[in-house]
Amino acid sequence: MSYFSNIYYGIKSLLTGMSVTGKYFVKAPWGTITQYYPDNRDTLKMFDRFRGEVVMPHDENNLHRCTGCQSCEIACPNGSIEIIWDRVVDETTGKKVKVIDKHIYHLSMCTLCNLCVQACPTNAIVMAQNFENSVYDRTQLTKVLNKPGSKVHPDVKE
Amino acid sequence: MQQEYLVQDPFKTEEYMINMGPQHPATHGVLRLLLTIDGEIIKKVEPDLGYIHRSIEKMCEYDTYQQIVHLTDRMDYLSSHINNEAVCLTVEKALELEVPDRVKVIRTIVGELTRLASHQLWWGVFGMDIGALTTYFYAFRDREMINDIFEETCGARLTMNYNVPGGLMFDIHPNFVNRVKAFVKHFKTKLPEYDSLLTGNIIFQKRTKGIGLMTAADAINFGVTGPGLRGSGVAIDTRKTHPYSAYDKVNFNIPTFTDGDVYSRYKVRIAEMWESLSIIEQLIDNIPDGDFKVPTKAVIKLPKGEFYQRVETARGELGVYINSDGNKNPYRVKFRSPGFSNLSILDHLSRGYKIGDLVAIMASFDYVIPDIDR
Repeated sequence: MSYFSNIYYGIKSLLTGMSVTGKYFVKAPWGTITQYYPDNRDTLKMFDRFRGEVVMPHDENNLHRCTGCQSCEIACPNGSIEIIWDRVVDETTGKKVKVIDKHIYHLSMCTLCNLCVQACPTNAIVMAQNFENSVYDRTQLTKVLNKPGSKVHPDVKE
Repeated sequence: MQQEYLVQDPFKTEEYMINMGPQHPATHGVLRLLLTIDGEIIKKVEPDLGYIHRSIEKMCEYDTYQQIVHLTDRMDYLSSHINNEAVCLTVEKALELEVPDRVKVIRTIVGELTRLASHQLWWGVFGMDIGALTTYFYAFRDREMINDIFEETCGARLTMNYNVPGGLMFDIHPNFVNRVKAFVKHFKTKLPEYDSLLTGNIIFQKRTKGIGLMTAADAINFGVTGPGLRGSGVAIDTRKTHPYSAYDKVNFNIPTFTDGDVYSRYKVRIAEMWESLSIIEQLIDNIPDGDFKVPTKAVIKLPKGEFYQRVETARGELGVYINSDGNKNPYRVKFRSPGFSNLSILDHLSRGYKIGDLVAIMASFDYVIPDIDR
């Protein structure tokens, strides 16, 4: 007797599961949950806080806000940031000020923990939202964040 | 010699060894199991670890306390928020820092969302290991909503690093409350679907009932924690026994099932999802106002001594032990990870079962290999 009740129970349980999948099968065109990813690049917008990579914003006069204080370099847990800096004489005041030569960022070593952005006292670096970082050669993942010929913004004090 | 070979018993069986892993779809990572088998009956299971060892505990000795937090994301990546919270709670305990109620409540909500996301992924993968591929897609559909919440508020989907010693990295996003409410409403209608898809299925029940029997005494002796322990009828949950964050303010039950087999560990996790939903519902409407962070020094130095904090991750009890000598780096950090202790009982449980059952037993413990290896 239990043999037949097992068969009955088995078929019933299979039908219960299939009723769920069947429901979605019928209404699939209206309940699509996937994104057509490479085709929707134009409309795809990431969330503001999404951490894709570290960038240094420059304004229209090619000015950035980095004073070269190296807070980000100290805060970084895995050495992704290197700052090459020098002291040069400022023409207006005549004092020696710290100026960055290169703000080098290794995206290949970065864990995107956001500690550098939190540590920055002048908001010179922010997280960008792009996430398509695949390249053919890993040397392309070492980036110089300050643009050539850029200077520190005059409002920013060390 | 030749003659001896010919008269050998043709039905004589021999034990032999095979490798399961390190690249095996059912081990979910680089776990290598050396199986001694007789036909298809398992005689012995020897886990061989070290394939994803990154020496996180040693790396912690060279990092400051803020930097340690992001390393714990990489241990049990499915409960990364809870791991971060454990480190932050330890540091706050050592500094005798009282965080605002707002931080506690947000940590609890995000922690429960993490637990839900982890259990959803486990449910999908559990079905897939046993042979039901459909569950995977249903689980990931619902998990996507939680990932969106994390992405909007914490900035990342998996390795969130949302906690810092003293509070949170940012305040919650303005959309957070609405999104969480929408998710809870959505998932309450979808969780019964999980039951009708998989739980009642006759093939699933034949594969899980009576498999991998673990008595309560065995579970305690081997140090099994989490849903594995509660599936054997022991109602121990760190959230209840040693409450942290806002868990002392909410009402929830510890779901226990007494059979101790794979099926009862499955039922525990399904019941835990309902409990997590109820915890989130209790807290989401009354997040207290206040700061999201207590200001700490840029360089945190813990007082000399030993500090320990335990939390309940989705897999069991995670303990963080910090031994400080007063410097900005810890002298020694030790993580008591749930996965490692839960792995120790695998050999004891799976002897005498078939290879297919081993996959079910492993899936029922929800091993995350980077958590075991660290």
